[in-house]
Amino acid sequence: MPAAIEIDDISKHFRLYHEKYTSLKERVIHLNKIPFEEFWALQHISFDVNWGETVGLVGHNGSGKSTLLKCIAAILQPTSGEIRVRGRVAAMLELGAGFHPELSGRENIYLNAALLGVAKRDIDLRFDDIVEFSELGPFIDNQVRYYSSGMYTRLGFAVAVNVDPDILLVDEVLAVGDENFQRKCFDKVEEFQREGRTIVFVSHSPEIVRRVCDRAYVLDHGVIVGEGTAPEAISILREYQARGSGLASMIVSMQEIESDSGGEAVRVAMISGEPEERVMVGQISVSFPSTPAAGYLNPGDPMTVTVSYTATRHISGVIVGIQLFDQKGDMVFGTDSDLMGLEPLDVDPEGELEFNFPSVPVTDGLFSVAVGFTSARDQHIYDWQNQELAFKVISNGKSSGYLKLDPRLIQNGSAVPSKG
Amino acid sequence: MLDQASSLPEKRMVASRVEDLPIRVVSPKIGVLTRLGNIWVFRELLVSLVRKELRIKYKNSILGFVWSLLNPALYLVIYYIVFQKILKNNVPLFAIFLLCGLLVWNFFSNALSSATTTIINNAGIVKKVAFPREILALASVGAAFIFFLLQAIVLVLALLIFRVAPALSYLWLIPFSLVALVLFTGALAVALSAINVYLRDTQHLLELVLLAWFWATPIVYPFQELGVRLSQKHLLWLYFVNPVTVIVLTFQRALYAILGDASGPILPNYSPLWYAVQILIVIAVSAVLFIGALALFGRLEGNFAEEL
Repeated sequence: MPAAIEIDDISKHFRLYHEKYTSLKERVIHLNKIPFEEFWALQHISFDVNWGETVGLVGHNGSGKSTLLKCIAAILQPTSGEIRVRGRVAAMLELGAGFHPELSGRENIYLNAALLGVAKRDIDLRFDDIVEFSELGPFIDNQVRYYSSGMYTRLGFAVAVNVDPDILLVDEVLAVGDENFQRKCFDKVEEFQREGRTIVFVSHSPEIVRRVCDRAYVLDHGVIVGEGTAPEAISILREYQARGSGLASMIVSMQEIESDSGGEAVRVAMISGEPEERVMVGQISVSFPSTPAAGYLNPGDPMTVTVSYTATRHISGVIVGIQLFDQKGDMVFGTDSDLMGLEPLDVDPEGELEFNFPSVPVTDGLFSVAVGFTSARDQHIYDWQNQELAFKVISNGKSSGYLKLDPRLIQNGSAVPSKG
Repeated sequence: MLDQASSLPEKRMVASRVEDLPIRVVSPKIGVLTRLGNIWVFRELLVSLVRKELRIKYKNSILGFVWSLLNPALYLVIYYIVFQKILKNNVPLFAIFLLCGLLVWNFFSNALSSATTTIINNAGIVKKVAFPREILALASVGAAFIFFLLQAIVLVLALLIFRVAPALSYLWLIPFSLVALVLFTGALAVALSAINVYLRDTQHLLELVLLAWFWATPIVYPFQELGVRLSQKHLLWLYFVNPVTVIVLTFQRALYAILGDASGPILPNYSPLWYAVQILIVIAVSAVLFIGALALFGRLEGNFAEEL
């Protein structure tokens, strides 16, 4: 059976103009000396998406994942190469794209469907489904400009999933909308998966990728740098985030992915250094001195991250780094022993390090911990490892928001007394 | 359980038709024939977009499409008063004469003006949805054509009121001249809509070009006024380089149908066959231009989403 999507060596070239001259006068004045930078958004991407598969495209901002999706959706043309897509494609790059504010919801359904290449009579048949899914009811004949953003999104999703696509392309859209609607969207995606439809999913939310995708490709600077099951891909992505984009661009030789037994912890063989000199991260464990039995933290509680390591021999001049990520994959905190103003470490073939956090002032959430070793001499990275969902913080309800801060309240120069 | 059972046949159906599914190729090399095919596949979109244009134009207005009728009607009245009552003009029934050409011109200029900015104005769709974008330009032409038909009502009413009899032996040329007009306008519309994305000056330049073009076409003054002088210098061919002249002339010949009077000649006395040949030439040239415009559009389309 032929693949649903065949991507054959595509590259996409952009010109980034420092100044954009779109008027004739400016073009003439600046003839041949319009300053721009050549920029390859995608380079030699090739892969197939099989029928019934849900494939994720992950990467940090600017990695080219959305550009790739737009090429698959035929919104952008690749500079070279070819993409063959079989069947009807519904692209959800931005829900409600193509809605016209002056038209009613009903009129927009037909216009949007026509944009997706669906015949009017097919929409006549599905019209009631669309209205029901969108939960718009009597508002369907109102002008779309009076809709709330939630109504707008619901209508867009309702049209996209009801045009009977063989292939669904989704870009981050499930992140919007209220919780109820999100669940509905996921249900619909799962229904599509059961029906054997093909889905390509772009996201930088590891949580959603893990939940939805069978397989994922990791993109960095327009190149595919990793491929694997969703958890594997997420780990590779984390490695890249941990290293920062500067280092990531150097990595071309990255091929090997060693999957540990757990599937969660994945080690990526990186820029190969001298084989006899290596420090590797062993076990990362997190303990909570103030609530040892609970298995979670209260905001502001102390935390200890213990890292065991192995080295090929006695190595001096090693820097150890640590980073904490929230569920969205954003870095909450990161430092290393050098930044902390500490002497480079000498490591023996086996040992253990502890990071003692006197307080973790975040309010809520699941967090991941990444630990790595680099060389103090040439910044060479020995190893990085990521512990998914290493710890959990549960708010005690004294505050809301992201950080746990401890303000004191002063009234006219004297402290307001506590209750009781 | 129920859910799974009901989804199974559908799953098989999806799988069994894989080989028959249409393949969409995304590549920098897409031929003009494929583009034409895509336009045909999306013909319903063309209808929807034309309908959208019309709806939006008169949304929230009480008179609605009546406004489109008022424009030519007012022209008719003003020109009747000015040129027949105040300034004595040597063209009899000047208002009718003018309206014949003006209708054609209004279509041409409205279509081009709105097509030129259509890609930019619909940036939201162009950046987010994949469809043959040239349809946006064609929809501008389509909407202008609907207005043309509405305004034609005014012309027909005027013909009835002033009791002008059309030249029956030329009347059959009208549909063919319309095909030529729409094809020619469509070719320019597709090309201009793509060029304006890169050179935003195009829309302003177009205004000037249209102004000059308007006066180069015998709409306000009779063809023979210039035609006689040009033919003395053997430059009459120059007049027909402009395809709009042929179409305007056909309209005037068929509907206004006054070749001239005591004060001077108005329209040339060509046979219907001559008109037919001229129209066929315009159709042939426009078809070539249209293919060229699609090829140009295809070349420029690749970067629309970035340029907008």
